[in-house]
Amino acid sequence: MCEVLKGGRTMRETEVKLSEKLSETEVKSSENPPEKKKRKSHLGRRFLGILPPYIMTLPAMVSFLLFTIYPIVDMIILSFYEWNGLTERKWVGLGNYDYLFNIQIDFKIALKNTLVYTVAVVFFLLLFALIFAVWLQKDSRINAFVQRVMFFPHLCAMLAISVVFSWLMDENGLFNAVLSFFNLPGLRWLNDSTTAMISVVIVAVWKGIGYQALLLLSALKSIPADIFEAAELDNTPPLRKFFRITIPLLSPQLFFMLITITLNSFKVFDSVRVMTGGGPGKSTLVLVYYIYEYAQANLKYGVAAAAGVVLLIFLLILTVIYFRLIGKRVHYQ
Amino acid sequence: MAKLTKKQKRKIKRAAGSTVNLLFKLFVSVLFLFPFYWMVTTSFKPYLETLKFPPTLWPQDFTFEGYIHVFQELDILSYIKNTLIVTGTVIVIQLFVNVPAAYAFAKWKFKGQGLMWGIVMTGFMIPGQLTFMTVYFMFADWGILRTLWPQIIPTCASAFSIFLLRQNFKQIPEELVESAKLDGSSEWKILWRLMVPMSKATMVTTILFSFINHWNAYFWPLVMTRDESLKPITLAIERLKNLEQGLNYTDIMAGNVILVLPLVILFLLASKKIIQAMAYRGMK
Repeated sequence: MCEVLKGGRTMRETEVKLSEKLSETEVKSSENPPEKKKRKSHLGRRFLGILPPYIMTLPAMVSFLLFTIYPIVDMIILSFYEWNGLTERKWVGLGNYDYLFNIQIDFKIALKNTLVYTVAVVFFLLLFALIFAVWLQKDSRINAFVQRVMFFPHLCAMLAISVVFSWLMDENGLFNAVLSFFNLPGLRWLNDSTTAMISVVIVAVWKGIGYQALLLLSALKSIPADIFEAAELDNTPPLRKFFRITIPLLSPQLFFMLITITLNSFKVFDSVRVMTGGGPGKSTLVLVYYIYEYAQANLKYGVAAAAGVVLLIFLLILTVIYFRLIGKRVHYQ
Repeated sequence: MAKLTKKQKRKIKRAAGSTVNLLFKLFVSVLFLFPFYWMVTTSFKPYLETLKFPPTLWPQDFTFEGYIHVFQELDILSYIKNTLIVTGTVIVIQLFVNVPAAYAFAKWKFKGQGLMWGIVMTGFMIPGQLTFMTVYFMFADWGILRTLWPQIIPTCASAFSIFLLRQNFKQIPEELVESAKLDGSSEWKILWRLMVPMSKATMVTTILFSFINHWNAYFWPLVMTRDESLKPITLAIERLKNLEQGLNYTDIMAGNVILVLPLVILFLLASKKIIQAMAYRGMK
């Protein structure tokens, strides 16, 4: 609300300045002979009239066609070929998909790990974000401070955060020192196939909480205050208020977050690459890491492309839901 | 002791509750600040001290060893230079690619608009993790793999920036555009003299996002660069991690501090603005 008001004010200010500027240019342009404009034929002017939007969008369109559309089409075609990046492409039909789903088991492991990672990250992020948003809802200095501190990791590169956590989770690192302080046995964190995935999830949740809580906080602020006031007058117990009022009113935002977190979790790569390299064993092998390995290390571009097509299908489904949601929101506003 | 009145009891209860609440908030803050504290203190410890278990909470022998290594042996400045060149170029080119496109989508009606908007939205959805294979070979064909261009060109059109700017341009009243047109201003002039100055906040937001994204970029440079001399700062940290089996945490953390520091400064200077922009992004 505040922002809109401010925007309105600055808009009016610039409006005044602009009309001054424009009137200046008017004086200048009136010095030029007006016949110049008339010289263009009627047809030519009409043609020029429809041209500007195409000229203005041209660079962006070329860029998207070259770096998004064409690569995607090429990837789909490539998924039916065998190719090492150097020699001629060799047609193998559905061979690469057969390789993914029937011949090798790594892809199925990668798919399973990605799903486990996604479900865990989505669940814990939404849960903690909800708790923190409600807890830090009141406007106070300490709440603003905690919100900021929690938010900062979101700005940092996943690489930077992963590097710090690999150090904290080192077998001689701080986490184990804390455990031993409480007389608990140390964990092998990233070096143990049972705890590696949990460790990667912890990092993703730690990094994302502040941002997700922030989104929920702004959604909470947009709920009319009189609804909560009415609940207070009725002496509604806090837990009931939470489940019967807060959650239902937040549900559109929660669902929206569910989709975006899922979309991002499917693309997880940086933390896995830095902290575990997909291991130990294949316990943290995820989809994008699989694609990366098959393309960069194994030079089996056909297989990588087929895996890419599978990821593309997941992303497509999620994006369709996402845009349906946006469409609805705009509709009801 | 005299019995406490109901009022006093309630007062004490409330005070205790708010103290616990406050302590818990401090605890959460520590939970989120501590990894950064650990990063900074480790970077000032001598290598041998980092091997101690249990670790020391504050460096016993304060040293700049890590930073000296990072600057002298790794030459981190050349990596930073690459990141800055890439980021700067992208921001400038983005201005001339995204702003006109957003204007066309906001204020014009033209044939094929729906299809073209669809293409923009596809760009929004498809991650580099899917396109890198083809794009890499395309750049190889163009013969530009040994330059910084592969890190620059693909991000010059940003679907997100176009989307944000379009929303903003749409809010600018049509009458203003009309009257400017009547005054004989060209489209180009309307765009840069009217639309852009009225969308300053959004422009700053998009530039901010571009900076953060490119400063932190990891996957794309990882798959696009082979030469050490073309790599950005994020890959310098990765290299530090691979040197000496990734065990010299003094050096690694020193590099990491350099990677995170600009963002800390940015956040301290403009946390309100950044938080607002990020919240807006997540809500739309």
